[in-house]
Amino acid sequence: MGFLQILSARKVYQTPEGSSVQALDDVTINIRNNEFLTLLGPSGCGKTTLLKCIAGFEDLDGGDLILDSKSLRSVPPHKRPFNTVFQNYALFPHMTVEQNVAYGMEVAGVSKVERDRRAGEALDLVGLSGFGGRRPTQLSGGQQQRVALARSLVLKPKVLLLDEPLSALDRKMRETMQIELKNLQHAVGITFVFVTHDQEEALAMSDRIAVLAQGRLQQLDTPTEVYDKPANEFVANFVGTSNMFAGTVASISGDRVILETGNGRRLAATSTAFRVGDQVRLVLRPEHLTILARDETGDADVPAIEGRVRETVFVGSTMQVHADIGHGRTALVSHPHTRRGSSDIAPGAEVRIGYSAASGHLIPMRSA
Amino acid sequence: MAGDRFMAARKRNALLLLLAPISIILGIFFLIPLGIVVVYSFLEPGLYGGVEWTWYPYNYGRILGWPLNDYEEFDPIYLKIFATSLKYALMTVVFSLLICYPAAFWVSRRSERWKGFVLFLITLPFFASLLIRIYAWLLLLRPTGFVNTALEAAGIISQPLDLLFSGTAVVLGMVYIFTPFMFLPIYANVEKLDFSLVRASQDLGASPIQTFLRVILPLTAPGMVAGSIIVFIPALGNFIVPSLLGGAKVQMTGNLIERSFLQSRDWPFGSALALLIMASVVVVLMIQTVKAGRAKGGRPA
Ligand SMILES: Nc1ncnc2c1ncn2[C@@H]1O[C@H](COP(=O)(O)OP(=O)(O)OP(=O)(O)O)[C@@H](O)[C@H]1O
Ligand SMILES: [Mg+2]
Repeated sequence: MGFLQILSARKVYQTPEGSSVQALDDVTINIRNNEFLTLLGPSGCGKTTLLKCIAGFEDLDGGDLILDSKSLRSVPPHKRPFNTVFQNYALFPHMTVEQNVAYGMEVAGVSKVERDRRAGEALDLVGLSGFGGRRPTQLSGGQQQRVALARSLVLKPKVLLLDEPLSALDRKMRETMQIELKNLQHAVGITFVFVTHDQEEALAMSDRIAVLAQGRLQQLDTPTEVYDKPANEFVANFVGTSNMFAGTVASISGDRVILETGNGRRLAATSTAFRVGDQVRLVLRPEHLTILARDETGDADVPAIEGRVRETVFVGSTMQVHADIGHGRTALVSHPHTRRGSSDIAPGAEVRIGYSAASGHLIPMRSA
Repeated sequence: MAGDRFMAARKRNALLLLLAPISIILGIFFLIPLGIVVVYSFLEPGLYGGVEWTWYPYNYGRILGWPLNDYEEFDPIYLKIFATSLKYALMTVVFSLLICYPAAFWVSRRSERWKGFVLFLITLPFFASLLIRIYAWLLLLRPTGFVNTALEAAGIISQPLDLLFSGTAVVLGMVYIFTPFMFLPIYANVEKLDFSLVRASQDLGASPIQTFLRVILPLTAPGMVAGSIIVFIPALGNFIVPSLLGGAKVQMTGNLIERSFLQSRDWPFGSALALLIMASVVVVLMIQTVKAGRAKGGRPA
């Protein structure tokens, strides 16, 4: 049971050129109380549109939006118990920081004393006490972002909507704010719906991730599930990097599946969702692959993949090994460089690539 | 450091150089004539035009109430005319504001091509002489003019309306002339209004009216103030419109000044009237400057 339900949401935009864009196509999400939900997807997939529909700035063309079992579709934006942190912060330039934070309370008729107290608390919460008298233009990007947060949080909304709030910040600042936002969400106990196109950000911060592509919901799951068990090819490619092999299920014993690719390669995976003869794709994350040392045999009945190292990229914690594995394909292996046999890995070297069947995830072949 | 001082000196020189042309032009064509007008306004008018070089405060006396000798009654006619001018100038400002403010919002939400077209339309009147355009209004408003014939044909009126030679005609004419000057500063302001602020205000629970009063209005006020000043100043001293559309019935200070200089050849009196208009404009500008300074420096109310 979600407390904010998005039911089969549809939104079609008419472009000035006369064509139409299906920005949301049958999106159903049950948002839970107090969760940190991230809407993740590439540019133009409909994230902002969904957020605007929740906030009330856009009308749904179909479907419904239910809060505490009441439809919100006829409720104007200023009467919805949600607040938004806009991508460009949208702080009022003619007001001080304190007046910005107090604005929502002022228009709601909260007394001056109460307003001052709560605005002070909210600024404390985001670490900006003492900045109340400044103008938004006299703040750094990160500080403006906190003011926007305080301005929304002070109203204790049922849901806080955040549209790529960190995208304007530099990398260091962004990482700090990711942690702060997450902690803040825990502290205030408010449901966050957070929009990003950055999959690392989504994995790091969310309780659940809703992956969107072309207006459709691709997967709604916890970060680990989304990463380890992508629902389809799109998610597997968009979240993290994958080695993918298309093939047919050749044999099944228990949950151990052996598939055979078109060019005769035999690979192993773990799944109970398929039958012999099904067309599937095997997803192997680079960190699930290892370069076997000469005397290593790897997993008993998982045939190793033979290959030749093309190039290696040292990225600190691991060595990224690109290996030609025949039939014009390349495998990406994320190899811990402290592991045995690392010194043998050099461009041109013949290697065997091992993995465990448990890490092999199968997804159905995209139906035509 | 020496380098810094050198740079500062260079900056100062560059500034002087940039300001030189405007300073020279203003000096020759503004300050000197202004000085002449100020001096003349305190001189006695000559019998057949020209001036007598004697101290003579009665030009102002005639207007403001200290007549030349005790036998003369003070006639407040000039103050009344000045009050009429103020009234018409203010009405012009208010009506052109009412026209331009919503229009600016409408235009700012159009596509780029539309905007360019509308801005072109707004500058279009400047291609025709002002005089001709005012005459056109004369033709439109006179008893046998377009407006009256159209209304009569539609059966709305049976007798031609007395549109011409009235305060209404004067205000109408001035609104017509000054609308572009009101529109452009307001439009420039409205155009750069960040619409996400309106969204933010709604999002924070403000009703449409609250959003208008607390966000849209304060953020577009500078354009309205600028437009109002640009319209108010020339409207207050205008004489072409009242003399053509106001006829003998409507007098504005501009007409008085024109008549003093050109017909009665009483330059000192004309100068005094002109300076009076200027003084009231300066007062308006000073109030505005103080207010703007306060809004920037301290906390707004
Ligand atoms: N007002 C509009 N009129 C027409 N089409 C629109 C409008 N707003 C959005 N779209 C289209 O709807 C689709 C979804 O847009 P949306 O802004 O939701 O994308 P997004 O996921 O937020 O992308 P980004 O990450 O770039 O912000 C896009 O194809 C966009 O071109
Ligand atoms: Mg967006």
